[in-house]
Amino acid sequence: MTIVPIIKRDYITNLGAQGKRIDGRSFDQYRTIEIETKVVNKAEGSARVKIGNTQVLVGIKMGLGEPFPDTPNMGVLSTAAELVPLASPDFESGPPREDAIELARVVDRGVRESKVVDVEKLVVTPGELVWLVFIDIHVLDYDGNLFDAASLGALAALSTTIVPAKRFEEQLPEGYQKEDFPLPMSEPPISCTAVKINDFVLFDPCFDEEVIADVRLTVATDHNGDIRAMQKGLSGSFSKDEIQKVIKGALDNGKEIRKKLIEITSS
Amino acid sequence: MKSDIELITSEGKRLDGRGPEDIRKIKIEAGVLHRADGSCYLEWGGNKVLVAVYGPREAVPRHTQNPLRAIVQARYNMAAFSVEDRKRPGPDRRSVEISKVISEALEKVILTEQFPRATVNVNIEVLDAEAGTRCAGLTAAGVALIDAGIPMRDIPVAIAAGKINGQVVLDLGKEEDNFGDADLPVAISPRTGEVLLLQMDGHLTVDEFNQAFDLAVKGCHAVSEIQKKAVMHKYQAIAAEVQE
Repeated sequence: MTIVPIIKRDYITNLGAQGKRIDGRSFDQYRTIEIETKVVNKAEGSARVKIGNTQVLVGIKMGLGEPFPDTPNMGVLSTAAELVPLASPDFESGPPREDAIELARVVDRGVRESKVVDVEKLVVTPGELVWLVFIDIHVLDYDGNLFDAASLGALAALSTTIVPAKRFEEQLPEGYQKEDFPLPMSEPPISCTAVKINDFVLFDPCFDEEVIADVRLTVATDHNGDIRAMQKGLSGSFSKDEIQKVIKGALDNGKEIRKKLIEITSS
Repeated sequence: MKSDIELITSEGKRLDGRGPEDIRKIKIEAGVLHRADGSCYLEWGGNKVLVAVYGPREAVPRHTQNPLRAIVQARYNMAAFSVEDRKRPGPDRRSVEISKVISEALEKVILTEQFPRATVNVNIEVLDAEAGTRCAGLTAAGVALIDAGIPMRDIPVAIAAGKINGQVVLDLGKEEDNFGDADLPVAISPRTGEVLLLQMDGHLTVDEFNQAFDLAVKGCHAVSEIQKKAVMHKYQAIAAEVQE
């Protein structure tokens, strides 16, 4: 894994100097995004997201349980990511390693801090019984930019989630509604990721670009054009100008992606 | 588990409307993943399974290598959201056992002697589960191995037979698996009839076993045809593209 990236690096940076990318995109252009919802019958909500060749499946399962002691009036959100060896020759089985944990935490933060799921409406008996929402990210095919694919998948899956009140009828107290209902949601924030290679800032990196990237930045923006979450990754660095460039690109691309997401999940 | 539920009527009609020897709807697609050397997506009734094959490649850690032949490492994994109550991610005792019997079944048909010290990784992901996932996984693995160009003696194929309300039937559905009398998953090499995987739980008389086994073999041959069609379909599409 040392020689090939050097050759790749030369190839990609030479193209970059001419303003080009290996797959013919412009620097701030995304690959084709496909979103398909309700793909898993057993899940309460699910979505398969493709960004170019990258493919992620997100499933939502729900259950009943105790709230955390410090948030007795809130439902519980929990996010896990599995980088299963199916998705890449370099992924190995075993307990989640740091890259899977970072991925899950970045997605979790995007969902949690933006309050896209209204957890206060997921309380059955305050301090005793609340709905638990499990977001499970299953990476199926890895060709770069898992952060955006996983975040988008989580949002699409959540917005199609039906709370299975009927199935848990026996555990629910009297007076609580026993009919299934859609998960209470608000406007989703959209994550956009860019990497820097030499002094080029490229959005939606494919695998070849990602392996040689110096530094990565993910920015989640909401429908008001405000920033809701950020994560810098890898050992390189950004200047303030470059960060602003990434924010601008994240806003522009985010707007398009949000339109697509709402279109698909509301149909 | 015994139950009073009527799983099959006296006219031989099952809960989902199938007759005793009917197989659920099967859809197989070869070559669906970009990074994998070979892959297959399979829908079998309510089951959805994705398989990726990597290799042959060097087996690591090194002490797992066999100097005379390749090893076959199948890994059966269920997605957390594939079942009614969320499954904790990662291997449990059930999936480790299924991985082992599938690895052994595949090892018999792969020409492992051609690749000393190598491994062939077969990753089976169950995305949606509804009875018969190990047979669905093994059947999909057969197609994914072909798609990866791994030399094999035959395309392995599997299906379960079983007994419900005292009657032998093919391809158990969810309720039939939960409340039936017996479950008999069988994998064979269809060209030779060799048995690659055989498990049974429940209660069968010797006669019933013979009947169920014959039914499973018959079912395997039917599924085998669908596998071959999926492989042919992929290469016909490529051939058509090249000709243009």
